Amino acid sequence: MTNKKEWPVWEVFIRSKNGLEHRHVGSLHATDAEMAIENARDVYTRRMEGVSIWVVQSKDIVASNPEKMGELFEPAADKVYRHPTFYNLPVELKHI
Amino acid sequence: MTQEIKLEEIFQSRIDNGEKIEPKDWMPEKYRKTHIRQISQHAHSEIVGMLPEGNWITRAPSLKRKCCLLAKVQDEAGHGLYLYSAAETLGITRDEMTEQLLSGKAKYSSIFNYPTLSWADIGAIGWLVDGAAIINQVMLTRTSFGPYARAMVRICKEESFHQRQGYEIMLGLAQGTQAQKDMAQDALNRFWWPSLMMFGPRDEDSPNTAQSMKWKIKRKTNDELRQQFIDITAPQADYLGLTIPDPALKWNEERGHYDYGEIDWEEFWQVVKGNGPCNKERIDARQKAWDDGEWVRDAAMAYANKKAANRNESKTGS
Ligand SMILES: [Fe+2]
Ligand SMILES: [Fe+2]
Repeated sequence: MTNKKEWPVWEVFIRSKNGLEHRHVGSLHATDAEMAIENARDVYTRRMEGVSIWVVQSKDIVASNPEKMGELFEPAADKVYRHPTFYNLPVELKHI
Repeated sequence: MTQEIKLEEIFQSRIDNGEKIEPKDWMPEKYRKTHIRQISQHAHSEIVGMLPEGNWITRAPSLKRKCCLLAKVQDEAGHGLYLYSAAETLGITRDEMTEQLLSGKAKYSSIFNYPTLSWADIGAIGWLVDGAAIINQVMLTRTSFGPYARAMVRICKEESFHQRQGYEIMLGLAQGTQAQKDMAQDALNRFWWPSLMMFGPRDEDSPNTAQSMKWKIKRKTNDELRQQFIDITAPQADYLGLTIPDPALKWNEERGHYDYGEIDWEEFWQVVKGNGPCNKERIDARQKAWDDGEWVRDAAMAYANKKAANRNESKTGS
């Protein structure tokens, strides 16, 4: 019976209150988007943890490859001049 | 071969540095398997754990108690779902996990193979069983596998209400009539030792502990966690005016811990092997739920497929 007819997996994102971004909270199974939102309500917001829910099928998410982490992210590592602390200004200077 | 060894070294140094491991990262096959086993068994425990308490929902002594118990059991369903999805990130399917539970290949916590004979058992479970689970789960919030640790953080936030509602039930009974006090004492008598067994075999009989500690799956040994639980719980029993059924239980000033008597490991292994009072009943209940739910699962999927097909048709039609 394995995986013959398992419901699709959905990733769930919740906005905890207006003004904050949606954050990934976990996943669940549902037959369609409507059921995914209802299930997400029951599984992830039993204590008013959210005011808005996004769901997307896990198979539709495109993720970066952890093995390619180096080539993707290393170029930023030696660019210290992107940070405010790189710049030497006199200490007596205010509001900058 | 050497490539594999090199990867293992890098993996171990990541763990040693306190980095979290995420599902798509390289990991030793044994790390993956250990996690699939541990997380799925943890999930099964949450789900099977609903059964002994569910037994009292319709007979709770007041509407308030009924609402509390219902909310608690519903949380346990949620815990099971968080954990199943954490395990699924490692490549096992939900159906495979269900199969393993029903066939007996996967275990669940042996505590849920004990019956709930009186209302006081609901108090004892919340206080002791959830209390023991919290000790274990707080440790697991710092476990090395990201999805497991995140599920634990969510679960721990919810558990504290479970334990408090249990203790409040015990408190009510302990302050009640003699018959109510006796009921509370009887529940403590039956649930004390099985609760201590929840932490697993003694350290010297737990061969996997060393590897689990090295991979930071566990951060404390079974005996350390058990001692922590006893030290916290003994004064709580005193406060209730109830007696823990262990004549050897005594504060040891020198150690700064309670000493306690020998656990009946023969009973523990019997229950693990399937010979506890309710093992068969629990699996039968899960099997029945799975079988009875089959047509619902199929119908829901068929309905969703039909709706999607209709939508596609009307799109291409227009
Ligand atoms: Fe739980
Ligand atoms: Fe709980």
